[in-house]
Amino acid sequence: MPAIFPRWTNNIPLAIAILAPIFGAGLVGGVWYYFSPKFTDAGYRPIQPVAFSHKLHAGDMGMDCRYCHNTVERAAHAAIPPTQTCMNCHSQVKTDSPKLAPIRESYESGKSVPWIRVHQLPDYAFFDHRPHLAAGVGCVSCHGRIDQMTVVQMDQPLSMSWCLDCHRNPEPNLRPLDQITNMGWDPATEDYDPKADPARKRALTPPEHCSGCHR
Amino acid sequence: MAAFDELDPLTGRKVLVENFQTFHEVTETVAAPIEIPSGRWWAFFLASLMLLGLLGVSLGWLFWEGIGIWGLNNPVDWGWAIVNFVFWVGIGHAGTLISAVLFLFRQKWRTSINRAAEAMTIFAVICALLFPTVHAGRPWVLYWALPIPNQMGMWPNFRSPLLWDVFAVSTYFTVSLMFWYVGLIPDLATMRDRAKTKARRIAYGIFSLGWRGSTRHWQHYEKAYLILAGLATPLVLSVHTIVSFDFAVSQLPGWHTTIFPPYFVAGAIFSGFGMVLTLMIPLRVWFKLENFITIKHLENMAKIILVTGTMVGYAYGMEFFIAWYSGNAYESFAFANRAFGDYWWAYWTMISCNVISPQLFWFKAVRRSPLALFIISIFVNIGMWFERFVITVTSLHHDFLPSSWDYYSPTLWDVTTLLGSFGLFFTLFCLFCRYLPVIAIAEVKSVMPQADPHYDPKGDHHG
Repeated sequence: MPAIFPRWTNNIPLAIAILAPIFGAGLVGGVWYYFSPKFTDAGYRPIQPVAFSHKLHAGDMGMDCRYCHNTVERAAHAAIPPTQTCMNCHSQVKTDSPKLAPIRESYESGKSVPWIRVHQLPDYAFFDHRPHLAAGVGCVSCHGRIDQMTVVQMDQPLSMSWCLDCHRNPEPNLRPLDQITNMGWDPATEDYDPKADPARKRALTPPEHCSGCHR
Repeated sequence: MAAFDELDPLTGRKVLVENFQTFHEVTETVAAPIEIPSGRWWAFFLASLMLLGLLGVSLGWLFWEGIGIWGLNNPVDWGWAIVNFVFWVGIGHAGTLISAVLFLFRQKWRTSINRAAEAMTIFAVICALLFPTVHAGRPWVLYWALPIPNQMGMWPNFRSPLLWDVFAVSTYFTVSLMFWYVGLIPDLATMRDRAKTKARRIAYGIFSLGWRGSTRHWQHYEKAYLILAGLATPLVLSVHTIVSFDFAVSQLPGWHTTIFPPYFVAGAIFSGFGMVLTLMIPLRVWFKLENFITIKHLENMAKIILVTGTMVGYAYGMEFFIAWYSGNAYESFAFANRAFGDYWWAYWTMISCNVISPQLFWFKAVRRSPLALFIISIFVNIGMWFERFVITVTSLHHDFLPSSWDYYSPTLWDVTTLLGSFGLFFTLFCLFCRYLPVIAIAEVKSVMPQADPHYDPKGDHHG
């Protein structure tokens, strides 16, 4: 009876033995890198309907974050300012700028500017700004150097393990409560011990159990 | 049906292959169903395929709508999914016992039934794995149960018996599959050499891995088979022990007992042999395998069913004794409720099928009657499904807090999912019967009288 398979097929098991681990490692590595929010989410930078520059407002002019995002200390959600907030100044300043035409239009028509949300957590993750600010987590810790961004982009991956990294070891990310909105305050170079701060009211034990965030 | 078994002329023991066959006749008989299409096979296959379609519909609706389509309610948050899981895992155990434990104990009668029993094991474990996969309602996050580094920073909870299950059952599946496949290699080579079409020659050729039957091949094969038997043997005990931990490690009366591991293992072997009989009794007639799967084989299995059924009955009795003897009010209530509460009908179905019906096997005439064996094996299957139902539901539906007590009843979708899992099982088993030798040809030949070097058909003994 003639052979069914040619002689080279004898090499197939050897080839599988060599290639399968390489393929497996490549698959794991590929998923690890390309499926992670560091790759898929961080760096998200949508084009907004109005070319609002955080670098100009928060950086160069030094406006406090809370002038516009005024609910951040009192609500779960840091408010996106209404057009009226823009017009507080822009009814006086740059009243003819063509870049601000959508703002004036919105002000007159009463229709919100369709800002595109940059930092979006999934619905099953419960997030509240209040306890984070009360614990002394600065804006910059999660949002990056907004004061240097002409167009805002996602600086951090906002993945679950990224949240947990801080929940499991919060101290390196905490700052004095009066430095929350100070983008330039760097916990790595400042000598601050949250345990010794009498102004601090919250315990240094953020939740690590499932229902802390998945309620 | 022979009233007495044929005896081997050399050993004086009962022969394992009756009505003197030549080696060639053995191959021809076992290969016939694979090579000659049969109308009966198509009827069974299409019926199984329809049930499999029912499974597809049930699971599609489940994934779309969520597990609310099942009858689960607040105290009974574990329903038929866990019942079916334990039922199917248990079925698998007989295959491993026959293939591994009986092999190590040199029980030669295993050779006629081990191939089909192992196939049954693998298909039953596939059915079992289906239920934990779907019962969370989100099968796409199944990888959460595995220790894979991920962006969620989540790691499996190694203190949970449900996680031990993942490892126990997947190890069991892997080892069973390897064991089955290694045992198949010489027979696949036989089928390759007999193949008349190119497709068959190539398919059997690939899977027989170049087997030529040389002495060196046999030497390696025997070693590998022995090692796998050694690996599979502890799994017979460990898998159902760990399945029982799903219940025993919790603190619910009726579940939290140390008797669970041995009791579950005995029950698993009991139910597995029940299923082996259910499958083999029609198979041996339809495939004309009566000379291989003899009445003696059936009788041996009946004896194992009698032993394990009695052990299960002892466990049922001991649970009640301890419930009384411990003086624990919750434990006593759980068992009184089990036998005389809302689910009394399930409890007494279980007792009738599992404890009473196998006792008929004390009678030799019953043990040697294929019809009686078949009927009782069906009762064993029913009883063992009910056992898991009783354990799961009666302990949950009346828990510590009377205000949350409720009655659990399954929905239509529970029923279709269970029926569908039988469709999956029988579809796989039909494919097995159609394309693989249901009896280990090479092994069976080795236990026939003429395989003995001292065999001498003319009877003139040489010194």
